[in-house]
Parts: sequence; structure tokens; C-alpha cells
Amino acid sequence: MDTRHRELEPGLFEAAEVDRDEGERIAGPRVGFWKDSWIRLKKNRGALISLAVVLFLFAMAFVIDPLLSPHSPYSQDLTRRYLGPTADYWFGTDEFGRDMWTRVWAGTRVSLYIGLLAALLDIFVGVVYGAISGFLGGRTDEVMQRGIEILNGIPYLIVAILAMIVFQPGIITISIALGLTGWTFMARIVRGRMLQLKNQEFALASRALGASGFRLVWKHLIPNSLGLIVINLMFTIPAAIFAEAFLSFIGLGIQVPEASLGSLISDGAGELRFHPYLLWFPSIIFCLLMICFNLLGDGLRDALDPKMRK
Amino acid sequence: MLVALFIIISVTFFISKLLPGTPFADDKLTPHIRQQLFEKYGLDEPVTVQYVKYMANVAQGDLGNSFYFESRPVTQMILQRLPVSMFIGIQAVVFGLVVGMVLGIVAALRHNTVWDTLAVVIAIIGVSVPTFVLGPLLQYWLGLKLGLFPIAFFESYKYSVLPSLALSVFVVSTVARFIRTEMLEVMGQDYVTLAKAKGLSGLAVILRHVLRNALIPLVTVMAPLTIYLITGSLVVEQIFAVPGIGEQFVQSVVVNDYSMILGTTVFFSVLFIFALLIQDILYGIIDPRIRIAGAKE
Amino acid sequence: MASANGDNILRVEDLEISFSTQAGEVQAVRGVSFELRQGETLAIVGESGSGKTVTAKSLMRLLPEANTRIKGGEAIFEGQDLLKLSEKRMQAVRGPKIAMVFQDPMTSLDPTMKVGHQITESLKRHLGMSGNRARERAVELLEMVGIPNAEERVRQYPHQFSGGMRQRVVIAIALACEPQILIADEPTTALDVTIQAQILELLRDLQERIGTSVILITHDLGVVAQTAYRVAVMYGGKVVETGTVREIFYNPQMPYTWGLLSSIPLPTADRSQDLIPIPGSPPDMSDPPEGCPFTPRCPYAMRICAEEMPGYTTFSAEHKAACWLHHPMAPDVEPPVKVRDAR
Repeated sequence: MDTRHRELEPGLFEAAEVDRDEGERIAGPRVGFWKDSWIRLKKNRGALISLAVVLFLFAMAFVIDPLLSPHSPYSQDLTRRYLGPTADYWFGTDEFGRDMWTRVWAGTRVSLYIGLLAALLDIFVGVVYGAISGFLGGRTDEVMQRGIEILNGIPYLIVAILAMIVFQPGIITISIALGLTGWTFMARIVRGRMLQLKNQEFALASRALGASGFRLVWKHLIPNSLGLIVINLMFTIPAAIFAEAFLSFIGLGIQVPEASLGSLISDGAGELRFHPYLLWFPSIIFCLLMICFNLLGDGLRDALDPKMRK
Repeated sequence: MLVALFIIISVTFFISKLLPGTPFADDKLTPHIRQQLFEKYGLDEPVTVQYVKYMANVAQGDLGNSFYFESRPVTQMILQRLPVSMFIGIQAVVFGLVVGMVLGIVAALRHNTVWDTLAVVIAIIGVSVPTFVLGPLLQYWLGLKLGLFPIAFFESYKYSVLPSLALSVFVVSTVARFIRTEMLEVMGQDYVTLAKAKGLSGLAVILRHVLRNALIPLVTVMAPLTIYLITGSLVVEQIFAVPGIGEQFVQSVVVNDYSMILGTTVFFSVLFIFALLIQDILYGIIDPRIRIAGAKE
Repeated sequence: MASANGDNILRVEDLEISFSTQAGEVQAVRGVSFELRQGETLAIVGESGSGKTVTAKSLMRLLPEANTRIKGGEAIFEGQDLLKLSEKRMQAVRGPKIAMVFQDPMTSLDPTMKVGHQITESLKRHLGMSGNRARERAVELLEMVGIPNAEERVRQYPHQFSGGMRQRVVIAIALACEPQILIADEPTTALDVTIQAQILELLRDLQERIGTSVILITHDLGVVAQTAYRVAVMYGGKVVETGTVREIFYNPQMPYTWGLLSSIPLPTADRSQDLIPIPGSPPDMSDPPEGCPFTPRCPYAMRICAEEMPGYTTFSAEHKAACWLHHPMAPDVEPPVKVRDAR
């Protein structure tokens, strides 16, 4: 295809005004890291639905049920034992005639409380421990890490079980057991992140500009770890809820007349043959919690992963 | 690792010393008899002495005698129940591995299709529904309603099906997710493209290059799985009334048989550390990069 | 530098390839044509994003199926269109007829398979060699690419080799079945300069011995000068100039080529010479320009450049370029000083 001989308008051959910077225009609008992640998270329908469900369950347990329900989780009515789901008793009644609906939500409250406790422990103990360990490095780090290794070496559940035995089973005890070991994973992760970030250029630059240790950690290192922290929280919460349910199931956790989802499931399992509904309801709520937290965690992990940015 | 084990056992010992009351709190015992029992079990000696004696015994495999079943050594009681628990556990793992691998491989090969999404959904449900919910569910549907399998005790092979099934679901899901992730990562690697560039058939590429590299990290799943099996057995044996170690442990907690509790905890810890050890060794054998330290030209 | 021997062994015409991504359709290759002559080394030069790697991979149909679309064009080899062959027939082509060497030797080899095995895989599959014979041949091949102690090395794993050595292994694998065409995609980019020279020499050597025709993809003009006989310059998914190495280096006809040459030090230059980089960055291929893709960065751009793609102007048997400056109605321009001096 030879261009020499086509007839063309002379004006086309004048020098063009060319925008030199056009090539440098960043494709796509500039968006902050968090906003970008939020946008990505929104695209993940599973995660969004999970978030909605979790919030709903929270609301139900802590706000709606206490306001709405005419029954108490403890009041027995032996004339109304073992009723299946009815208009008055949406989830039916148990062997003592207690309203299952309120009991289930009371149990959910307990489970959610445990989850929140675990989250708080993660943040206030785990993150701090890990940050200090990672940031200070050297001997301090080694010693702190040994500490964690020992705590970790004992399967967490065994610690919990042993703690149960020493102190009376109950919600305080569970909290203590959790408090002793539930945060170690977060500490490890944050420490790893600290070590990673410490040596990156922006940290060195910041130090070169005279930032002190504390300022560095607070303003730079922690914000850069937030993504990781949030993701991990989303997995610690269900793990804690699960652990409590497990202990309650074995009979080492919440004792009667209190209820937790685990103890309710345990009781329900015992009544399986003739009153399966006692098992279904707490199980469904529990599984919903688990699935939703897991999906959320997965979704957050995908959303916050900078490698996936287009 | 041995250090960790040592510490674990020590800590467990000291915790057990903190346990309130005495093992022989039965009111019917007169103080005199109680004193005799104490002496018999060496409980009247100073704690440090008890500790040393205990550690020495443990090193020889002697975990003392059960406080509840007086004349029976803990070690023996544990070992007696071991086969049942192991059988159910191993069956669960094998089944879980096989099904999990198939699920994971199919999901990766059919990435971004219906099969992939389906597999991921199944996996997520599998890790979210705990054994203590699954167990009763299986009992209800497969046991009571359909009458396919027995739901309690352990008389013959059939009795192991439901317990193992309940345990295996989590294994299936974890393995499936893991394999899927690994395979997807491997399939994006340069050396897989190179294998294709050599003109090898798709099947050959997958069998010889993708699978081998994707399966190696599976070994790291061993330790967490062991923990899962241990704690899972506690639940499963309760639900299905299986006479295994887990059930025995829970029982000992209920009756405050401290010696048994202590002994079983030690046993579990040993098991776990052992699994870690095997995991490390296995990894060293399977991955040539570790097995043969790189000797550059 | 292997010279042409007349016959075309491969003819690519009007190749068009797009990817569908989350951001829309990315047109990576928009009408690329070139020929490969028997026994020669053709260099395809361009920046990242110019479409050169995509072009190469498409010849072997190694692009990810899920989101790649070959929108048009043909690649004729041995009377068949490579782009239309079934996967099964393609598998018979890859290896014995056309082979490829990738850029990063550290990731090109399977870390869990012995090096020898990775070579014999090919030999057994395509040449039907028996186990023993294949093993012997693998050792021969390793020796051929210059790996000492080949007998021992053949049983080792990739992590036991250095980068340069690994690349030699990759070359051995590629040449195992003595293919007619070898596509080398930036084979030396990831290596140290001294190793680079060794590998290039190795490639030249082997090419002479086996008689393979080579397509060498690179962004480095130095590499081009050392190894190629003919060059195709790509930009923005199109070929903007082709010619022999002498023609391209001493009489380039397109501003992009001028820019490329001005931004590297030439051996004949004196030290007062500036290295002039080309300002700006490559075009966004999800929204490619209507006219000549180089327009935004071209110091000689005219209005028509942004509106319409120029056709090719032929300067000699091998040399042609696509630029509006060659139109009789365009003003006369002088290429930049450096390029002039090089003449």
C-alpha cells in the first residue's frame, strides 16, 4: 500500500497540536486505597449479602428480640413442653416449656459477645504485641516470639478445656481462656507485617526525615497493616464463636439455665429423635453466622489485595 | 519442638495441681482412707517432687493410674481405645483427601464455570457447618429417616460410616479449597506455558507438571488437620456414642478424673507434635528444592 | 547474523488479537504483517505493550483461551494457517516445528522435575525415542548448549543451576526436536550483560548448526545489532517499519525508529552526545487511537497523523515504513542529529 500517490488536502499536513501528556494520563480515575477496596468489595455479591445478614443477626439478637419478645429465656411453663413451632412460639418450646425463639436469640447474644470479645482481644492484645515484637526486633522479638510459640504449641482447645476445669465453666471462664490464646495468630501476622514494612523504602524515608519510633508505628506502619488486621478479624470472630460452641457442646461451656448456640445445639442433638426442631433452629442461626463471616472474610481478602487492582 | 512438648506437659501438670478440691472428694471417704489414698498416689509429697517423678514417668510412657478406675493405668486405657478413634479418624482423612482433591482439581480445571462456583460453595459450607451440627444432621437424615446406617455405638464397620462422614466434611472442604488455590496458581506459571509450548498434550501437562507442583504444599495441611481430628473426635464420639479416646476424655472431665485428663492431654500433645514432625520430614522429602540444597554451577 | 536465503518459511498477514478484560476490550495487535525467511534471524523490536510478545505467543497459540480473541489475519506455515489449526494438530507443531524460549529462566522450568526429564519429555513425545536413547540425546543437547558436566547435570533440578545455565537448558529443550522456527521472547532480558553475550552467541551458533530460523523479540537495540539480519519495529500493536539491520540503523525512515536510536548510545558517538529519551508513554490499548499510534509522542506529528493510519512506503526490497512524512505533500524533515551522524 503505497501512500505517495493519494490525493489529500494540504491542510492535513500542517504540524499538529499534540497533547504530550495524553499518553501519561492515568487510565481510570484516581481513587484512594480504601475507596477502591470498598468498590471491589461491593462487586462481590456473596460478601455483601453476608455483611447484611451479619448486621441483621446482630440487630435481632441485641435490639429487636429484647424489645419484641414477650417471653423470657428462662421462664418455664411445664404445661407447654415440647411444642413445635406455633404462632405463639415461633421456634417452639423445649422440655421445660421455655420459648425457643427467645432462647435462641439469647444464645446468639452470647455467641456474638464471644466473637466481639475475641475481636477486641485481637486488636488490643494481638496487634500491640505483634507490633512491638516486630518493630523492636532483635532480642525482644525473639523472646516475645518464644512466648507465642509456647502459647501456640498447646492446642488452643486444650488450654480452654483445662481452664474450664480449673475455674467453673461459664462465660467468664470462656472469656479468660480465649483471652489467653485467641490473639496469638493476630500477633504473629502483625509482627510479620511489621518486619516486612519496617524495611520498605517509605519507612526508611520517614525515618530519614526524623520520625520517631512511636510516630512511625502509629502513623505509617499500623495504617498499612489495617487491611491485614481487618481480614484476620473476620476469621477470628467465627473461630471464637465456634470454639465456644464446641466447648458448650461438650458440656464445658455455658451451663444451664444460660444458653449459647452451642449448648442449644447440644441439647437439640439429644432430642433429635422426637423433637428435631430443637436442633434445627439454633443450628441454622449458627451456620448462618459461620458462613457469613467466612464469606465476608474471603471477600475482604480479595477486595483488599492490591495485586488485583486493575 | 521437643522443648515445646516439654513445656506443654509441664504446664498441664501444674494446671492440674491447681484443680480445686482433691480427686477423692467423695464424702464417704474418711479422712484416714483419704490420707492413705494420697500416700498411695504420692499426692502428699511436695509439688516439685511430684513433678520430677511425673516427668520421669512420662518419658517412659507411664502416665500414672486413673483416679476413677483405680487400678487401671492411664496409658493402657488410652491405648485400648486408640484403635477405634484411629480407624474413624483415618477413614475420615482418606475419604476427605480423595473427595477434596477431586473437587479441588475439577474446580481449578473448570475455573470460572458453574462447576468452579459450585465447588467453592460446597467448600465454604463445609468449613462453616461444624461437626456438632453435621453429626446430628447425618444421624437424622441418613440414620433415622432413611435408616441407612446405625447412629450410635460401634459394633461393626457400618457403625463407623456416619462418624467418619461427619468428620470428613471439613477435610473435604479444606482440601478442596487448598488444592484449587494451589492449582490455579501453578497453572499461571511460566513453566506450565513452557510445557505446553513443548507440544505436550493437555493431560500430560496437568498430570506431570501442574499436579505435582500443586500437591506438594498439601503436606502443610497435615498439622492443622491433626488438631481438627483430635478436637473433632471429642465431638463425634459424643454424638455417636463411639467408645474412643475422645469420649473417654470427656467422661474423665465430667468425673474429675484428673489423672486421666492430664494423661490424655499429654497424649494429644504428643500426637500433635508428632504430626508436626512428620509434616516437616515429609516436606523435606517431597520437595526437591529442599531435599537437595541448590548447588549452583 | 544469518542472512536470508530467499524462501519464506512463515508469513503473517494482518494479525489482529484482542483480549477481553474487566476494563473492556484491549486490542493488543492491530494488523501486523511480516515474513520470516528460511535460515534468517528476524528481530521484532518494541516497547512493552507494543504487542510483540502477544504476536509471538499467538503463533504458537499459547495465549489464554478464556479471554483471547484472534480477530483476524493468518499465519501461514508449511501451507497451513497456524491460527486455525485444531489444538491437537497444534500440539504436533509445537516442539518439532516451532519452539519457544521465554524471558525469565528462573520461572521457565518445572522446579520439581529433573532437567533431563524435561528434555526427554519432548524427545519421547515427538521423536518417539526410547528411554535410553532419549537420555543420551538429552546429555548431548546439554553439551551442545555449553553446560559442563552434562552427564551429572542432566539428573539435577533447576534450582541447582544459575540463571544463565537455566536459560541454556531452556534453549536445549526448545531445540531438542530441531524445530524449523525458534521464537525467542526477550531471551536475555533477565540476565546479566556478560551472560547475555554468551547466550546470544550460543543462539547464533546453534542457528548455524541446525539451520533454524529465529524470531527474536526484544526491546534492546543492542541485541538486535548483534544477532539479527532483518528487523520489524512494532508500536501500538502495529508494525511501523521493517528492513535489514543496516537499513534500520543507518537509514531509518520513521520517527519512532529515530527516537529509539537516539535514546541509546551508539558506538561511533562522541561523549558530548545526549541520550534523548522519547517523552510520554505507550498508548492505552483498550482505547487505541484512530491514526498513527505514535502521534502523541512524535515531534513531527501532523494533523493527518491523528486522523488516519498511514500506509507503507517502500524504500527497497526489504525496507518499508508507515509514516505520513513520506507522502509527497508532507514537508521535508531531517531526522535528529544522532541518526544523521550515524549515517
